[in-house]
Amino acid sequence: MPYDAGTYDVIVVGAGHAGVEAGLSAARIGAKTLMLTINLDMVAFMPCNPSVGGPAKGIVVREIDALGGEMGKNIDKTHIQMRMLNTGKGPAVRALRAQADKFLYQQEMKKTIENEENLDLVQGLVERLIIEDGMCKGVITQTGAAYYSKTVVITTGTFLRGEIILGELKYSSGPNNQQPSIKLSEHLEELGFDLVRFKTGTPPRVHSETIDYSKTEIQPGDDVPRAFSYETTKFITDQLPCWLTYTSEITHQIIDDNLHRSPMYSGMIKGTGPRYCPSIEDKVVRFHDKPRHQIFLEPEGRNTHEVYVQGLSTSLPEDVQKQVLASIPGLENVQMMRAGYAIEYDSVVPTQLWPTLETKKVPNLYTAGQINGTSGYEEAAGQGLMAGINAGLKALNKEELILSRSDAYIGVLIDDLVTKGTNEPYRLLTSRAEYRLLLRHDNADLRLTEKGYEIGMIKEERYSKFLEKKAAIESELERLKSIFIKPTAEVQELIVSKGGSELKDGIRASDLLKRPEMGYEHIQQLVPADFEIASDVSEQVEIQIKYEGYIEKSLQQVEKLKKMENKKIPENIDYDAISGLATEARQKLKEVRPLSVAQASRISGVNPADTSILLVYLEQGKIARISQ
Amino acid sequence: MKLGSFFYNIVYCSKIFHKRDEDMEFDTITAISTPMGEGAIAIVRLSGDEALAIADRVYRGPGGKLLSEVNSHTIHYGNLIDPKTQKVVEEVMVTVMRGPKTFTREDVVEINCHGGLVSVNRVLQLVLANGARLAEPGEFTKRAFLNGRIDLSQAEAVMDLIRAKTDRAMNVALGQMEGRLSKLIRELRQEILETLAHVEVNIDYPEYDDVEEMTHGIFMQRAAHVKSELERLLRTSEQGKILREGLSTVIIGRPNVGKSSLLNSLVHENKAIVTDIPGTTRDVIEEYVNVRGVPLRLLDTAGIRETEDIVERIGVERSRAVLKDADLILLVLNNSDELTVEDEQLFQITEGMDVIVIINKMDLPSKIDIDKVKDLAKNRSIVTTSLLEDQGVDELEEAISSLFFAGSLEAGDMTYVSNSRHIALISQALTAITDAMEAIEAGTPIDLVQIDFTRTWELLGEIIGDSVHESLIDQLFSQFCLGK
Repeated sequence: MPYDAGTYDVIVVGAGHAGVEAGLSAARIGAKTLMLTINLDMVAFMPCNPSVGGPAKGIVVREIDALGGEMGKNIDKTHIQMRMLNTGKGPAVRALRAQADKFLYQQEMKKTIENEENLDLVQGLVERLIIEDGMCKGVITQTGAAYYSKTVVITTGTFLRGEIILGELKYSSGPNNQQPSIKLSEHLEELGFDLVRFKTGTPPRVHSETIDYSKTEIQPGDDVPRAFSYETTKFITDQLPCWLTYTSEITHQIIDDNLHRSPMYSGMIKGTGPRYCPSIEDKVVRFHDKPRHQIFLEPEGRNTHEVYVQGLSTSLPEDVQKQVLASIPGLENVQMMRAGYAIEYDSVVPTQLWPTLETKKVPNLYTAGQINGTSGYEEAAGQGLMAGINAGLKALNKEELILSRSDAYIGVLIDDLVTKGTNEPYRLLTSRAEYRLLLRHDNADLRLTEKGYEIGMIKEERYSKFLEKKAAIESELERLKSIFIKPTAEVQELIVSKGGSELKDGIRASDLLKRPEMGYEHIQQLVPADFEIASDVSEQVEIQIKYEGYIEKSLQQVEKLKKMENKKIPENIDYDAISGLATEARQKLKEVRPLSVAQASRISGVNPADTSILLVYLEQGKIARISQ
Repeated sequence: MKLGSFFYNIVYCSKIFHKRDEDMEFDTITAISTPMGEGAIAIVRLSGDEALAIADRVYRGPGGKLLSEVNSHTIHYGNLIDPKTQKVVEEVMVTVMRGPKTFTREDVVEINCHGGLVSVNRVLQLVLANGARLAEPGEFTKRAFLNGRIDLSQAEAVMDLIRAKTDRAMNVALGQMEGRLSKLIRELRQEILETLAHVEVNIDYPEYDDVEEMTHGIFMQRAAHVKSELERLLRTSEQGKILREGLSTVIIGRPNVGKSSLLNSLVHENKAIVTDIPGTTRDVIEEYVNVRGVPLRLLDTAGIRETEDIVERIGVERSRAVLKDADLILLVLNNSDELTVEDEQLFQITEGMDVIVIINKMDLPSKIDIDKVKDLAKNRSIVTTSLLEDQGVDELEEAISSLFFAGSLEAGDMTYVSNSRHIALISQALTAITDAMEAIEAGTPIDLVQIDFTRTWELLGEIIGDSVHESLIDQLFSQFCLGK
């Protein structure tokens, strides 16, 4: 018989990257929150690569920070190296990536959670949900503890019926030999959820002191101090490098010779793996004529000799992994500390979720992270944040928060999941965002901090600083647009020295800044401001002026999108009653149950005629209501 | 005869393709709003916020008058010019009606131009190239409804209309999927997609060293190639041919059956279409006539004038090959002769083609076996004429136009229908790629140039009804070996 272990507003099941954001955000908006995890020592654990960020993903981390989440702050405190990527390209695709000290990352996150008001962190393996009147009312653990709550967020990552596969060996396990969660998976099936089997994998780890670094290339961090969080003021200057090497022809020969022992090709692995994170055996088979593949050697932390071998994800047998490692320049005599492995797990078909990440089947139940078919710490954290916010808001009887595709990469991610579903572990790519010019690394705060403040995630002090920054940007934009630069000798000289052509006439400062050869600092030199302009302000001013034309075009598209997003579809709409919908469209609409016409139009199988018919039908309903 | 059906096809064809949702509502739409063919005047209607602005882009009134400044519900004389070339396209009367006192309750502009497919489509294309979007099935009515112009009882009818027209348009579109144009477009899109994927790899996998960094130089080369392909497509696309040059029509028949008289009476009766299209200097002499709004390009008129038979002249196989490319064949028989082997041969080589059978010389005593002719003609129209006495020419013209407008002339008709869209989309794609090239010139970062390059790809996708974004991601992972 379960015993009553307490009552909360929100319960979060799991304390991985989705779970910690969910727990923290629910607590931060004022909901009394419980986080349950199978093993307290594994909070915010990185079972795969010790890194955070990268293209698209790094922008998600910025968005999490702009909304008051933790990932950015935590990696700022615990990284061993940080780099800005794509600096040679446009502002829209710049992104930060950090190598984490994976142990410090965990410790720091656990401490933050322990210090958080409103938040209890407790060890426990959840086996069942408490369901009353079809609604989720709490959870029951393996030890018989019954916790009651208004809402529950499940963030079980790859633990649901997890199975590790290593060569011919296969056993029931969560990641890194953790205890898997089996009963919860069965329970979700009982409740009628559609589950699918996905697969992911991780490479071997090796001992740093057995690597011959002289045969590799050094990959240092940036000299400039960097941070994910808008609030970070202390920067880590003591960075550790990563190292680059390559597979060899011998590596490929070893893999070819041992393919029959690979569970990927023997049929042992049934789950769908991600294309963007293929195993080395997959890469060798699919791109057979490629003579070599890149291998990055990434330290797992400052207080360990373990090194993560990026690029060598594999489920080949242990002895083959050793041979493969030895065939790589620099790793000839390497000591393998852990073998790589593949893991298969259950995930929930994400079209069963509303855009709030609440399940349609069981009200008050939310799912976030890898359980929703995604891959990556950042994708998990972004969902965890939103599920925690929405579970908290619902528990507090407040209006939920849905980010649109034009607000954030997190909006793109969740919309893709709940509208289109996914047939492989989903990774964010910049090309998934149609408004990527608007969803930049630099403007995450301008896009989201207001929203974070409205729901209580952003505190007064931070918000007033944000407003100051915003005002400073506006006034500097205003100044540059109103000030004229005359073609004096000094001006012409500067322009020519930068490789531009001389002015024929006076020009607005903002127009001069639009010239490719001109930077904000040049304009500042010609027409200095009365007071010092902070670098984050001048960065915004420069980007907004330089790319005004493109930004304007994107904004016009967003305007149109908003119109369609404002055409809401009532939850109780009866699609069978709408004559004229094509059969496939009707079926998809009934499954996805979109909240707006914009979302409906993105469902594959719903064509523009169906969207038109839906619009007319909705309008008809509106007229009917008015005339009643 | 369903005069209206052709018009519907033009309008409805657009709909299945495209439209990314954000473009759907209340942008400015356009369509030909008069039944095609018969009238001396045709109307191209624009509706939406931008209607006046678009009209002003192409309209040149006396004294530089702007339509956006004239009173509502007034009509104005002027010329339409192509802003790119500054050349006059048509002489028109333009009606300006500001919302809400219009059918759609939006600003509406109606451009009255000369009837006939060529002029009206030129006008349509001009407004499409300058910012309007081809209306979807029932879209004017849908807007009228959504803007509160039509009452509730009509909503059901609007939905039915959309469905019905969509299904019809879908069939047409499926027919178009085959064919040379779509093959060309697919190849070009694949080429663009590879470049896009290349750029995306640079962005999403900046450390991936297997693929060279996309430089402005390489991008420029690729863009220039796409641009020249698009220009070529616009110039030479088989499908574009009819719009510019008319339905290719061949008159065949044994010597002395009256081919030359037929040609003369068609040319005589109908004003020849003036064309500035190159190609008229080819070996095969062509003449252009307008039969009740249907533009005909009469091929090999020199041969006909020499009263020589095509089969006799170039042999059965070659003539069949020549005839295969024709949209319409006028097969002339002599009423005063018995059917010959040569006549039957003509039926054989035109098997499966669009043919109108003309039995000429009805003024002479009949020796021909009419039943046999009917048999040979299968279900195709038979017209009897006496070209010498000017009898039956009306019936022949009637037959040509009804064949065309009733949609029986499948190939020509459908190709034609798709033209307005295709040409407008290809021109827009050209503009987008030109923007991309200008951006490269200006040193704009690659990921921004990518925006216009992507737009080019999407516009071409609309032609063949394929704009699925996922294919870029598929391309990414099949072209490059990526991953950690």
